[in-house]
Amino acid sequence: MTATAERGSWTASLRHRLARTVPPGQVLPDRQPAYVASWIYVFGVLSLASLLLVLASGIVLTVGGPTWWHTNAFGHFVNSTHLWSVELFFATMVIHLWGKFFMAAWRGKRGLTWVTGGLAFFGSLGTAFTGYLSQTNFDSQWISTQAKDGLNAAGIGAYFNVLNGGQMLMWHITLLPLLVGVIVLLHVVLVRRHGVVPPIDETGWLPGTQPPEREQPPEPAGRAEPPAPVEPPVRTDERVPTARSRS
Amino acid sequence: MSARRRAGAPTDSHLFPTRPYDLVKEFSIALLAMTLLTLLLAAVFSSPDDKAITMQQWAQADPNDVVATAAGELAGTTTSASYGAPYNHASSGQQLGPLSLQRWAGVRIPVDSAQAMVIGPLTSAGSGPLVGAALRVWNAAPASARQAWASNYSDALSSAPDGNPAAVKPGNYGPVPVLAQAELALAKAGVLEGLLTTRKTFYGSNPTTALLLLADGSYLEDTARAQHLGGDQWGMMNETGNYPGQPWLWLYTFWYQISPFSSSGNADALVWGLMAVLSLGLLLIPWIPGLRSLPRHLGVHRLIWRRPVMRPGG
Repeated sequence: MTATAERGSWTASLRHRLARTVPPGQVLPDRQPAYVASWIYVFGVLSLASLLLVLASGIVLTVGGPTWWHTNAFGHFVNSTHLWSVELFFATMVIHLWGKFFMAAWRGKRGLTWVTGGLAFFGSLGTAFTGYLSQTNFDSQWISTQAKDGLNAAGIGAYFNVLNGGQMLMWHITLLPLLVGVIVLLHVVLVRRHGVVPPIDETGWLPGTQPPEREQPPEPAGRAEPPAPVEPPVRTDERVPTARSRS
Repeated sequence: MSARRRAGAPTDSHLFPTRPYDLVKEFSIALLAMTLLTLLLAAVFSSPDDKAITMQQWAQADPNDVVATAAGELAGTTTSASYGAPYNHASSGQQLGPLSLQRWAGVRIPVDSAQAMVIGPLTSAGSGPLVGAALRVWNAAPASARQAWASNYSDALSSAPDGNPAAVKPGNYGPVPVLAQAELALAKAGVLEGLLTTRKTFYGSNPTTALLLLADGSYLEDTARAQHLGGDQWGMMNETGNYPGQPWLWLYTFWYQISPFSSSGNADALVWGLMAVLSLGLLLIPWIPGLRSLPRHLGVHRLIWRRPVMRPGG
């Protein structure tokens, strides 16, 4: 399509907008900055994986209806996978959040990435909470009758009635998962757009810089050869295309 | 490193050397690992499912509590009857300083406890001539007389051994003892839930009234406290059995355990206000001077980025 033909095309405009937001090479890059070399980075992807399991087990529960799992052994097992995937989701997400805090991961215009991560956490709190209210068992009775006071005191309970099992179930299986899904998608897009935040102290990570003294492993007595590099080979001649350079 | 150098530290990840990194492979392995771990945890630990308390169960386990609760609903002294917004105008609700958020939200879920929980179900059930006569007396009486009868009976039940209605001394109770006993009979028959939730509609997906009635009694709370689920037992974040519950609510639940929240009549409003401020603070860390620099001073980042790829002089 020529530039003239593209002018006025909503489709072309959307394509260009998407390409500016996250350039094609940045969506799924097969290289990462060399400093991405810690187990803490795994927890972001672990939380994403467990979120998928939460959704999958929830969908299976949806097929049987809200009370199916009380009377069916397989349904109860699916409910158990739903519960434990939620527990794992929160565990990995909280570790991910703390990791990002200690990295000050909002640096370099990544504030919105931090905010969307926080909103995903709060949205997940609400989703899990409505899940507990939707169990149609004693836990639901107790948690809803206890929680109503806080929500009512904040003026929220007038619109979000935790005693209304039908309303809570609908929020749990549609509105809140949709909200969390959109926020998580935005979060991932922002991560891919801006890249992984560099080290607070860049010394030793950039070409021409020296690792700080404290980072040097002690030289073993009698060791003749210098220690081998601990990381895979790095390339300084190749960079992942940036959103900035494309826009 | 000098302050000047730190301030100029690059934050563009694309300036740094790269190394091969297979995101799709990493995600696939993560998904497989989490799937296996979830299945293992589900198979080994299962999940809790204590059955919901029924009104029949309540009536059989603690009939005196049902009678006392019914009398309290008629007297307007139960938690729900004296709640305020969003159920009624009986009180102004909790305050957050000068803010009356509860009252401002309005009575959007109107519940007349006496009518919705006792008189309405009994009228619909058509429970015989004695109850019919008691209902006619109740409905014909002025509000002041109703209040006096029900309050007298509630007080008498409180004074009776174990709250036993049979041990209540004679007094000016009007039709209230008959109505309260009739409520107990409906509960024992197992029809009270239906009368509370589907009396006016075929599909009952909103048990608000039934839950309010259940919570007005003491049986629900006694059962929960026996499972260490009370409000002062970190109950909001726990669930039945030895399961982790919602540990992510620990901070919210924490405030209820300490003063002044634990003893304040506005505890819920105060805790929600505090949590709103803290939550906003968490979201806005990147723009809060001092807080946004805290990670640099804590130094935990050195455990994360502890292996520079460049050799000395490299």
